[in-house]
Amino acid sequence: MFEAVLLTVITAATPLLIAAVGELVVERSGVLNLGVEGMMIMGAVVGFAVANQTGSGTLGVFAAVGAGMAMAALFGFLVLILVANQVATGLALTILGTGFSGLIGEAFIGVPGLKIPSLYIPGLSDIPFIGPVLFQQDAIVYVGFLLVAVVAYTLFRTRLGLVLRAVGDNHNSAHALGYSVIRVRFLAVLFGGACAGLAGSYMSLAYTPQWVENMTAGRGWIALALVVFSSWLPLRVVAGAYLFGAVSVLNLHAQAHEQVNIPSQLLSSLPYLATILVLVLISANRRLTLVNTPACLGKPFVPDR
Amino acid sequence: MKSLLKATVAAFAFVAAGSAANAADVKACYIYVGPIGDFGWSYQHDQGRLAVEEYFGDKVETAYLESVPEGPDAERAIERFAREGCNIIFTTSFGYMNQTLKVAKKFPDVKFEHATGYKTADNVATYNSKFHQGRYIIGQIAAKQSKTGVAGYIASFPIPEVVAGINAFLLGAQSVNPDFKLKVVWVNTWFDPGKEADAAKALIDQGADIITQHTDSTAPLQVAQERGVHGFGQASDMINFAKDAQYTAIIDEWGPYYIERIQEVMDGTWKSESTWDGLAEGHVVMAPYTNLPDDVVEMAIGTEEKIKGGWEPFTGPITKQDGSVAAEEGVTLDDGAILGMNWYVQGVDDKLPQ
Repeated sequence: MFEAVLLTVITAATPLLIAAVGELVVERSGVLNLGVEGMMIMGAVVGFAVANQTGSGTLGVFAAVGAGMAMAALFGFLVLILVANQVATGLALTILGTGFSGLIGEAFIGVPGLKIPSLYIPGLSDIPFIGPVLFQQDAIVYVGFLLVAVVAYTLFRTRLGLVLRAVGDNHNSAHALGYSVIRVRFLAVLFGGACAGLAGSYMSLAYTPQWVENMTAGRGWIALALVVFSSWLPLRVVAGAYLFGAVSVLNLHAQAHEQVNIPSQLLSSLPYLATILVLVLISANRRLTLVNTPACLGKPFVPDR
Repeated sequence: MKSLLKATVAAFAFVAAGSAANAADVKACYIYVGPIGDFGWSYQHDQGRLAVEEYFGDKVETAYLESVPEGPDAERAIERFAREGCNIIFTTSFGYMNQTLKVAKKFPDVKFEHATGYKTADNVATYNSKFHQGRYIIGQIAAKQSKTGVAGYIASFPIPEVVAGINAFLLGAQSVNPDFKLKVVWVNTWFDPGKEADAAKALIDQGADIITQHTDSTAPLQVAQERGVHGFGQASDMINFAKDAQYTAIIDEWGPYYIERIQEVMDGTWKSESTWDGLAEGHVVMAPYTNLPDDVVEMAIGTEEKIKGGWEPFTGPITKQDGSVAAEEGVTLDDGAILGMNWYVQGVDDKLPQ
């Protein structure tokens, strides 16, 4: 029983986790991209379409990553090169993604998809309980954890991470030191797009292997909230994504259970109540919040030459 | 190129209606709550719209707006259609009820048709289908086929239509196996494939081996297929998503109704009515029975015929969850009681959200 719940939680949390980690890097570089939902849905549709045409789930995933990056490149061009308003451009990106994905996906409505196979490691996968939970997931789940580890290490233990954080905290100083603010931000935005695309392909190739319009159903927005929830710390993103996944899955299990009698509306609101609670707890420690918030978040940068 | 442009505009949910004012006699407009690609509720309404186009050809022009949220936004969308010269506007979700009435007051010459609602006016008709008739049949099939004796029901919002569906399903099941159990999970959304899939998994993990749904995506059926249990399609035939899992599907056929009403607008005979038809009139259709033994198919077809012959699933004896009597032996609930249903029948393993 517990194992079954845990398995469902992992699938529910993975797309949130991957999209949020990507956005975290973007925001650490000082750019606010509200287009996560749009990039995600484009990843979902392109991933599905390519997998459907080629018969290869792997190709589908790579295509989805590419689609997310293409959307991100468009955003980067508008926001970083043309210095368009970040909030408005991000929203437009979401609207564009939702509409354009519907157009591309028209031919794939009602077509059953293919599911990325789960890994099977002889020996390890057969261990009771631990095996199915830890060693029988599809590859994207592991990629998600790997991404978090790499991002956490890079951000705080490498020079690259230091530069990225410097650009996000004070773009004028970083510029004065000779770093190309625009280039660093553009790469961060591309990384965010790749992650959103990957998260989208998880939706259409693993979570629910099919294409339907709006199938991401607001998960991009939740990912955005998770970044704030985590106060821009990668490991907390994992905690947040799993908390969110766990609460929403437990809600469904509690309803189906005979002995538990809690109103479903209350259960549905639990993830959001939890978010508010955590935000209050985090902001109680003002100093820590200030240290981790990228100071230049959302501020445009125009190099003076 | 032109069609691509048209599709792009449609994809943005801003249909440029009324731009091409051809010689069409009637302009029929549709407001959908979901994307037409949901392969469920809105998809079926759009199939109805396409049937209208095919039937009338150039005589009728159609337009639609998809993914229109229920609430104030809907009012803007409906009003725009009314201004743009639509002669008849179909608003196809329960939550558009008050907005439809409000706009209808301002445009007395435009005909409005509100799906699944219960408020009418001189120029506002309501229409709905007796989906619960189909649910009674799938309930019977579920009880015949289930090994665990437990079915899982993924429900959207606690509105009468959904509650009546749950009750009809269980009444059907109890007619075969009086001890049949039904677990209900409310997902509080019409359309979220991920959440619907999670709900299906939770129900299966808790012992349900039949999954049925009153939400719009194909995801629950896909989970059923993956986990080796069975289920039923919702709104459209979903057999492609669950070759081995789908027993049948309750299909919404809106085309005949739309054609009939638009014809009445042309002839000037349109009147405000409350239409509520079911299997007998062909507004609810059962998809082919598959993956079932012959005797169960026979039973299902038998029940289908009985309902078409005028028998109503909500015929007593019916006991409410609290033990009180809803209908005595042989008494059939009237339409108002079914359309306003806010109680469970005995045996539902859930407390109705209030």
